[in-house]
Amino acid sequence: MAYRTPLKQARGLGASHHGAAHWWSQRLSAVAMLPLMLWLVIGIAANAGGSYAQTTAWIANPLNAVLLSLVFGVLFYHASLGLQVVLEDYVSHQGVRLVLVTAVRFLALLLAIAGIFAVLTIALGG
Amino acid sequence: MAQFILPPNSRIQPGAHHAAPAQALNTRTFKVYRWEPDKGENPRLDTYELDLDSCGPMVLDALVKIKNDIDPTLTFRRSCREGICGSCAMNIDGRNTLACTQAIDDIDGDVRIYPLPSMRVVKDLVPDMTHFYAQYASIRPWIRKQSPTPPDQEQLQSPEDREALDGLYECILCACCQTSCPSYWWNPDRYLGPAVLLQAYRWIADSRDEDTGARLDDLDDAFKLYRCHTIMNCASACPKGLNPAKAIAEIKRLMVARQ
Repeated sequence: MAYRTPLKQARGLGASHHGAAHWWSQRLSAVAMLPLMLWLVIGIAANAGGSYAQTTAWIANPLNAVLLSLVFGVLFYHASLGLQVVLEDYVSHQGVRLVLVTAVRFLALLLAIAGIFAVLTIALGG
Repeated sequence: MAQFILPPNSRIQPGAHHAAPAQALNTRTFKVYRWEPDKGENPRLDTYELDLDSCGPMVLDALVKIKNDIDPTLTFRRSCREGICGSCAMNIDGRNTLACTQAIDDIDGDVRIYPLPSMRVVKDLVPDMTHFYAQYASIRPWIRKQSPTPPDQEQLQSPEDREALDGLYECILCACCQTSCPSYWWNPDRYLGPAVLLQAYRWIADSRDEDTGARLDDLDDAFKLYRCHTIMNCASACPKGLNPAKAIAEIKRLMVARQ
């Protein structure tokens, strides 16, 4: 039996003051993805059916290497922000939610760094 | 995880059938959700056939007729019967609306009447609004200011500043929008919901209020405000034709403007 007023329940722990920053970052990364994805689709289409050497040469081009690194960074940053929102919506258990959100963030960071590392290896190591 | 099916003790069973009087020519079938907390039974759907020739035009008239003539145990809230008190909000024909402003003629087929979705049911069509009202109280919905009001006159507001409250002040807190929102279904404990956020913006938009920054501070939260994903059920449910989603978008705009 918990003797707490309804107002105490409604106020809860108060505002985190992180909501607007998260929301705005998600919008900004979405805007950044618009030209990046357009460029990526055109780039992949231009290299369709090309040889391994031709593709690695395209990636090794400094402009393409920079943009492709940006794609990996922004894509996985945006994905981790969006997946966090989905988990907050549907996973009601606080502990499970914390574990899943943390796992998503670590996985997104791992994938972003792996992608950027691959680009740099081709661009600098070739 | 969020629960997508009803627990066994909430599943609705078929209920009693009350046939229309034999001489009735213009009958209509009403299927009404019934649940009594004292009986320990599952909720049931009672069927009432009404003679519309001796009944008023609105769904609330039908409920009053059922309670007066057929079944006095039917429980529902109502007061003004003209869409200004918000008491008779319920789910009619699959939509949250006010029974007093919903015409029976505008509904095709049987009239299905349930309590507002996602709220704890007290009895029959009466939901428990305690948490909703507490959430409304949590935004401290009154003018908050430091400057004293002049002792010899009211605090003035220009007609233009007063117009900024149009589309906000008309809210009667019936909770039709609140309980139509899937985000509110999943996170009612922390998400303030469309009705309370529209009210929060009503005070942010008021030219006489001086506590705008503190009001925005209190909403800057992934759950209190940003559970809104512009699903827009709120705007389609509102029986007063208001747009809570637009008010929430204005709050989000101000959050960015002050960064």
